[in-house]
Amino acid sequence: MSAYTLTRRLAPLALLLAAPAAGAQPGSGWGLLNMPEGVTPISRHVHDLHTLILGICAAIGVVVFGAIFVSILRHRKSQGREPAQFHESTAIEIVWTIIPFLILVGMAIPATKTLIAMEDTSNPDLTIEITGYQWKWRYDYLGEGVGFFSTLATPQDQIYGDAPKGEHYLQEVDNPLVIPVGKKVRFVLTANDVIHSWWVPALGGKKDAIPGFINEWWARVDKPGVYRGECAELCGRGHAYMPIVVVAKNEDEYRQWLAARKAEAAEAKAAAGKTWTKDELMARGKEVYGKFCAACHQANGQGVPGAFPALKGSKVATGPVKDHIAVVLNGRPGTAMAAFGPQLSDADIAAVVTYERNAWGNDTGDVVQPADVAAAR
Amino acid sequence: MSTATATHEAHHEEPPRGLKRWLFTTNHKDIGTLYLVFSLIMLFVGGIMALVIRAELWEPGIQYVDPQFFNAMTTMHGLIMVFGAIMPAFVGLANWLIPMMIGAPDMALPRLNNWSFWILPFAGAMLLSTLFMEGGAPAAGWTMYPPLVLQTGEAFPFLIFSVHLLGISSIMGAINIIATILNMRAPGMTLMKMPLFVWTWLITAYLLIAVMPVLAGAVTMLLTDKYFGTSFFNAAGGGDPVMFQHIFWFFGHPEVYIMILPAFGVISQVIPTFARKPLFGYSSMVYATASIAFLSFIVWAHHMFTVGMPLAGELFFMYATMLIAVPTGVKVFNWVATMWRGALTFETPMLFAVAFVILFTIGGFSGLMLAIAPADFQYHDSYFVVAHFHYVLVTGALFAIFAAVYYWLPKWTGHMYDERLGKWHFWLSVISVNLLYFPQHFLGLAGMPRRYADYAVQFTEWNQVSTIGAFAFGLAQLIFVYVVWKTVRGGRKATAQVWEGARGLEWTLPSPPPYHSFTEAPEVK
Repeated sequence: MSAYTLTRRLAPLALLLAAPAAGAQPGSGWGLLNMPEGVTPISRHVHDLHTLILGICAAIGVVVFGAIFVSILRHRKSQGREPAQFHESTAIEIVWTIIPFLILVGMAIPATKTLIAMEDTSNPDLTIEITGYQWKWRYDYLGEGVGFFSTLATPQDQIYGDAPKGEHYLQEVDNPLVIPVGKKVRFVLTANDVIHSWWVPALGGKKDAIPGFINEWWARVDKPGVYRGECAELCGRGHAYMPIVVVAKNEDEYRQWLAARKAEAAEAKAAAGKTWTKDELMARGKEVYGKFCAACHQANGQGVPGAFPALKGSKVATGPVKDHIAVVLNGRPGTAMAAFGPQLSDADIAAVVTYERNAWGNDTGDVVQPADVAAAR
Repeated sequence: MSTATATHEAHHEEPPRGLKRWLFTTNHKDIGTLYLVFSLIMLFVGGIMALVIRAELWEPGIQYVDPQFFNAMTTMHGLIMVFGAIMPAFVGLANWLIPMMIGAPDMALPRLNNWSFWILPFAGAMLLSTLFMEGGAPAAGWTMYPPLVLQTGEAFPFLIFSVHLLGISSIMGAINIIATILNMRAPGMTLMKMPLFVWTWLITAYLLIAVMPVLAGAVTMLLTDKYFGTSFFNAAGGGDPVMFQHIFWFFGHPEVYIMILPAFGVISQVIPTFARKPLFGYSSMVYATASIAFLSFIVWAHHMFTVGMPLAGELFFMYATMLIAVPTGVKVFNWVATMWRGALTFETPMLFAVAFVILFTIGGFSGLMLAIAPADFQYHDSYFVVAHFHYVLVTGALFAIFAAVYYWLPKWTGHMYDERLGKWHFWLSVISVNLLYFPQHFLGLAGMPRRYADYAVQFTEWNQVSTIGAFAFGLAQLIFVYVVWKTVRGGRKATAQVWEGARGLEWTLPSPPPYHSFTEAPEVK
């Protein structure tokens, strides 16, 4: 398709003209103007389609706006023009109904092909379940026994301007999603609380993660690398703070990574059985609190007045231990307080409850062991 | 007895003075003015919220507002601008203009007219009061998607009931407009002789009656899900959160045409006047409007391509949406053909109208791009969408409202507005609005999601351009307020025809027109 190649060549030119001449580098700042080509066959099809439609729109724009500007410049009363009095022409009106229709058919054909390819999630090499939470993602490698949460790694002091912002500010996570290059990876998406949307531009698009429903999406990444994305469906206060990082590795490296993850999982299981010291619990608890609780209740335990209750000196954190564990396990229905029972291990819940009962001057002195949590489940 | 009758008649000739005039008025011009003033106030309220958003987005990080409040701002900005600014402004124009354009003394149902306006300030106040409530204002987006919206605090029932009230007001306004147009046209004013503004409003009014009850139903289901244990949208109880989106957008897509069809009508009045040439393709304009209205009912799911629909569904909604480009194209071509070989002058209404044609078309192009389902998987919920709908709603609907106000203000007040200030208002607006929205295309394509209180560092530069544009655009609107105020107070006397090229019944009345527009029906040939 020659119009296709032509528009592909012309589109960057048009965009370049729009950019301020100084310091325009593709990939950052002023140079960020267009959709990335991405690293999957689908993302390239989508990019080509985008370029084609943009090119056609630009061409129509040149004709229509050109006619308007000719009219503005030449058909002026101040130049002594007498207005013509024509006001209809059936022939011309039929022409400008039919031609746009034909152009639309020309757009619909490649669009239909791409859409069919996109929706074909059959015969995957591996399947990963993606679950959206307020405000983090969980990835489960189906059939592998490997699963983990992926949360924002940017520290709070960068967000609140107390520290300089890093290169990947808000686009970095503790545990990235790791996938093998050259394999068809099928994603099945769902959510635990509200609707989220999993968007990695380099992988060609996004799909909503909806509580109670399963959606499908797929990608075959052909270049090893790190690809960053974001939650695209408004999901509450932390909407901007649940990024996605995908690391595509060669088959061998991927296998090694998966084996290491499996070993870690076995280790964590063993840790749940032992009795922890208070210091161990406080240290682990602080870490868990930072990842799962601080977004609402804040790092200082004071919450957000009116929206999210304070834990510092609260009835829950200083009252009976049993009730405190129950709230963390089961959440509070009808509020943003999620049930963390299915999300966190007994050791993590024991640690975070211990932390909340002893931090910020709560000083109850209570120590909660994983076994207590297991008993309360 | 005769004295009583005389007083009674005098009462009809002269409006009562003071607050009572405005509270109890059944006069279409007074009610039109009330609607326009209300929408102007709401434009500034919603505009200040937009500036809070743009200020926070000046740079990455959280500077001024908590993310929860930021979300409340985007939500309230959307609701206020749609239901408080744009829709009431067009109803205000309809009130002022439709009786004068069809040769009627007033609207068909004057008391209903009073009621449909006076519901609005209460509904608006109720919505705004949520800003001061425990848990903050609604923050789940103006689209109110469950399950997120069900996490709203005490504001929730106030949100639902204010949407109900706004809907009731719109439906009553629409009934009145249809009753007026169908029953009160002057002899000889056949449907196909009606001015385009009247035609577009007739079709818009039917859209309103068709979809506002659907919205009311959807939000009522939210209410019962939250308080009465139903599970319409809760998968755990056998419901479906996506069903809300289907119902909402079955309202929501016609809603966007409710906000743009009357704008098409305004532009179709203004361009022929300043081109001194009849509108090109009158009947195809009417048919194109009707086709757009019909298509608006069968394209709703293009707002939700990413929710996981069957392939056949995605293809249907993609094709149907692309078809809208045909009648919309016809309209744009007709406006250009109307200008072609005319004798153009560029007073402020014409400047806004020409800018409308160009900038609305840019919004139409990005709309066509968004209709391409596979590409929408990238565009959806990004700043590209924000750029798109602001091009059609701000440089589209709002610019048409400005064109209309400058065009008819001399008729309404009897005074010419200050042309020099009007031009300042236009040029500052048109430059700043493009600084504001054009870079948002880049941001969206490069991967910045919408409704983000905070963003990655590479998006800083274009966000700053956008924020500069936003503040400049906001300030430029103060000129508009000053021009209108000054024109109401006084100025050069306007003639009955006002504009050399103006055609239509409203220009046969003196400026300002008598309190009851046509006490005797004019003859239309």
